[in-house]
Amino acid sequence: MQKSLHIDPGKCTGCLQCEMACSYENTGLFNPATSRIKVFDFHHEGRKVPYTCTQCAEAWCLNACPVEAIKIDAGTGAKVVVDAICVGCKVCTIACPFGTINYNHGSGKVQKCDLCGGDPACASACPTSAITYIDADWTGLERMRQWAQKTDSAARV
Amino acid sequence: MAWTRKVLRVNLTQGSCVSEPLNMAWAAQYLGQRGLASKYLVSEIDPLVDPLAAENKIIYATGPLTGTMASTGGRYSVVTKGPLTGVIACSNSGGFFGAELKAAGWDMIIVEGKSPRPVYLHIENDKAVLLAAEDLWGRTVWDTEGTLKKRHQDPLLRVSSIGRAGENQVLFAAIVNDLHRAAGRSGVGAVMGSKNLKAIAVRGTLGVGNIADPKSFMAAVAAGKKVLAENAVTGQGLPTYGTQVLMNVINEMGASPTRNHRDVQFEGARKISAEAMHEKRTTDGKTHLVTNQACFGCTIACGRISRIDETHFSVETKPQYWGASGGLEYEAAWALGNANGVDDLEALQYANLVCNEDGMDPISFGATVGAVMELYELGILTRDDIGLEAPFGSAEALCRLAEMTARGEGFGKVVGLGSKRLCTRYGRPDLSMTVKGQEFPAYDGRALQGMGLAYATSNRGACHLRGYMVSSEVFGIPVKTDPRETAGKPELLKAFQDATAAVDSSGLCVFTTFAWTMNDIQPQIQSACEGDWSLESLLQTGERIWNLERDFNLAAGITGKDDTLPPRLLNEPCKTGASKGMVAELGKMLPEYYSLRGWTPDGVPTAATRARLGL
Repeated sequence: MQKSLHIDPGKCTGCLQCEMACSYENTGLFNPATSRIKVFDFHHEGRKVPYTCTQCAEAWCLNACPVEAIKIDAGTGAKVVVDAICVGCKVCTIACPFGTINYNHGSGKVQKCDLCGGDPACASACPTSAITYIDADWTGLERMRQWAQKTDSAARV
Repeated sequence: MAWTRKVLRVNLTQGSCVSEPLNMAWAAQYLGQRGLASKYLVSEIDPLVDPLAAENKIIYATGPLTGTMASTGGRYSVVTKGPLTGVIACSNSGGFFGAELKAAGWDMIIVEGKSPRPVYLHIENDKAVLLAAEDLWGRTVWDTEGTLKKRHQDPLLRVSSIGRAGENQVLFAAIVNDLHRAAGRSGVGAVMGSKNLKAIAVRGTLGVGNIADPKSFMAAVAAGKKVLAENAVTGQGLPTYGTQVLMNVINEMGASPTRNHRDVQFEGARKISAEAMHEKRTTDGKTHLVTNQACFGCTIACGRISRIDETHFSVETKPQYWGASGGLEYEAAWALGNANGVDDLEALQYANLVCNEDGMDPISFGATVGAVMELYELGILTRDDIGLEAPFGSAEALCRLAEMTARGEGFGKVVGLGSKRLCTRYGRPDLSMTVKGQEFPAYDGRALQGMGLAYATSNRGACHLRGYMVSSEVFGIPVKTDPRETAGKPELLKAFQDATAAVDSSGLCVFTTFAWTMNDIQPQIQSACEGDWSLESLLQTGERIWNLERDFNLAAGITGKDDTLPPRLLNEPCKTGASKGMVAELGKMLPEYYSLRGWTPDGVPTAATRARLGL
């Protein structure tokens, strides 16, 4: 079973535990500045939205890379940047429609979510289950269930 | 280690920003944030200094857990000599500024001197510079934050600034970061204003590391998060209702000071409660509350984000207030509501927005309005004095006075002096509901005897956050005590005060202690910090901090005689509620408290106590 990150912005409180978990997993530091998942605060609407790579099946970043530095993790399906090959040209950052692969001037390479090898630290750290790691084929299942409940009018009569 | 071991010293007179090593010997004794900044302050300033003079200093300090993954680890404190009280001021704020400062590589900023012209401090990791702020002067906190983010082309810049209240030296001006989180009390914003320092804008991309034992730390952090999630208060009550969960509870037991402490129950409490914030308005069918919001790293998320009713008289022509924004929290709702008898939720939110926008402490502001309204009802203040009618319950007066005070207009200048100076000016100092010049928060010291003692002995004037006896007297945390009883309260209060001083020095939020005991907190500190941070060591650190603050206050000219309550609390009994007929029995508790503290009968730490604590 392929799994993917599932984000429910309605549950996000904006605490940034996910950003800290991500940076700690990847750099050993608590550093939201280097996190591969970002929480955006649309303050005047009262909304917080975590956002990161969705691991496209046919990945623009992977196809655009001139040195084939982005590989597919056979276990998780994640598109993973191989630092040893990446030359920091940033073409992938132009190709990605969602902006979720980013240049890190500290390393001189690009970085993106790699699903932590199958145990994403952001999902483990999230206190409200706004970020979960679930069956990729059924990321909409919970939303379907909620709508199903609303439309089950016969049972309520 | 957890500390970055670096202090940024900013001299505004000279225009210099210099890095210096953190005094690690002091860190071992005072931990960080409140304790460590207080140690720096008392070591560097004359206790008799005029708080608004260039010779006063102001310190912005993080704790060792600030910026880490420990739940609520995003706090910073502002420590200075307070202009409202004349004693040590230490105001604690959440939001995201503290963690950003730490991630930029600084444990604290010490600001000294006075700039000849308005400036702001811009920090980008190890680079710190003072930049001209003439164009920002006269502008609000919200405007300042937005302008600086645009100017530096950095939406992730974190800003801590003053609004017009701080510029105008309103004596209860706050320092506000992230639009609506505040180092709120004791007038720390006026000190910033007196120095011509408009804002500190910081961007930190270095991250926070130096954890002594990362594996143990992550385990302790995960265990702590689990306790918070499973506790009814921190896992459900606070996220759902915020601190406003207290409004009906405190009011129903008759512990809610109302109309300048004339009463202890407010008939309009339900209309301004957490429950009311969840109800749909008749005007637009929307709820007042939009969502809850966390500060940095916080897994409780008690913050309220609300949307004001666009048709309310206070904002109907002011679309800048129509978006979602911070409020109401319980203390603000109480001070703007119960303290002056106003039961209009939207009016309270408007006054609260003004407090956030221009940097004022809503507790002291609201409580001062309560005094104004009582003086008005007594005929001592008139419409001519104030410029408007100001009877108890007037939402119009509340909203207008908020604007006038923040902007330094007309009678607002007098309100900006705080309740003690205002009541003294009009010949009725007895009507000022203050201790050491600072207004009471939202619990009555007659109905909750332990809180009465906590107020009288707090090192920063009346305050609920120095020893939150409400925990025990109302919620039974860690043990249930009878709020009407005085026996045992001095001992419990001392324990609360010492533990709180330690928590306030760590980078964690004191709200965690609804669920966490020191046994949950200690492993997080010990695994992050080198040195001995056993339970005993932490509690002794807390006691050391308490005595350090006390010594400073004594040297500033405050004595045991100031450890008292207004005559109303000592002589006028509660009219209703569970404590009907009771006054604050301070005399029954204070001598025992002094004795337990190892102080003389006059409230001075003895030589033996000082020696025991290494002072």
